[in-house]
Amino acid sequence: MRGFSIFIILCLAVSFMADRRRTLSGLQRGGRMFLNVMPTLLTVMILMAVALYLIPAPLIARVLGEQGGALGFLLAASIGSIVLLPGFIAYPLCSTLMKQGASVPVIAVFVTTLMMVGVLTLPMESKFFGLKAALLRNGLSLAGAVVVAILMGLSYARI
Amino acid sequence: MPGSEGKPARVGLRSYIPFCLFLAGGFASWLLHWEPGKEILREFGRFAGEMILVLPLVFMLIGLVDVWVPRKRVEEMLGDESGLKGMLLVILLAFFNAGPLYAAFPIAVMLRRKGCSLRNIFVFLGAFAAMKIPMISFEIGFMGLKFSLLRLAFTLPVFIAVGILMEKLLGRGYEMRLPG
Repeated sequence: MRGFSIFIILCLAVSFMADRRRTLSGLQRGGRMFLNVMPTLLTVMILMAVALYLIPAPLIARVLGEQGGALGFLLAASIGSIVLLPGFIAYPLCSTLMKQGASVPVIAVFVTTLMMVGVLTLPMESKFFGLKAALLRNGLSLAGAVVVAILMGLSYARI
Repeated sequence: MPGSEGKPARVGLRSYIPFCLFLAGGFASWLLHWEPGKEILREFGRFAGEMILVLPLVFMLIGLVDVWVPRKRVEEMLGDESGLKGMLLVILLAFFNAGPLYAAFPIAVMLRRKGCSLRNIFVFLGAFAAMKIPMISFEIGFMGLKFSLLRLAFTLPVFIAVGILMEKLLGRGYEMRLPG
């Protein structure tokens, strides 16, 4: 995050030195896009806050640790598809799950859907890509996550 | 180009009504000591903290890319004729990124507008979601090298397949536009 900010500020400085007017028009475009996305973004954040209140991380750990088999897999895929967790929360949670005895496919499907499928961010995604593309991408990614999880389950214990 | 040139922002104040209602609700629960409301407000604050830092920077970068990077170059490197090299390039581009997936949406649209192929757009998104360096280092730390390498080995072909399918299903000419 820090490296990223420094990089962008450097870009901005170089751009300013090269062509001031061009830079300003670029910033203006960027700013306009940001303002247009803002309301959707705020709605998504409200949805996420409510979701995290309703399904807090310790509850996820308990449910997925206790439920094995197909039901556990299904639950993991559903929760993973809806909720979005940043890596620094998701991975400690998964490592707890592993210690509690959750199976590898359950953890794999949870992690993969967390990263690639976002039901709560759909309003934002469809604003950028169009509803059809957003739905397709999420659907295909969910199917892909199931494939990844099954392959993980088949291979993890054997290697 | 479906673009943003010279048009005023179309988002009116009205679209902020849900957010204002939410803030009012949060303020009320704070006054009335209603715990669930306060908890939701705290979660919201955490997300807001993360996004308010990242997103303005992302949009700043997109604005700069828009005015500086010529479409022809991007088309050559990442377009329909770019082949395996183009795909490798978008994966690398995603690899050295940070931030949540929704930060990649506007970047993807910008690449599309500059002539990146649809397949490469969705490969970029897949790589951005599943194999950023900061995330992988976290994963190895918590889950171990074996878990992480296996997941990466299976996920890579999966999101390449997603990219190819997306291009097939949407058609090569599918356009995206930046809101604004």
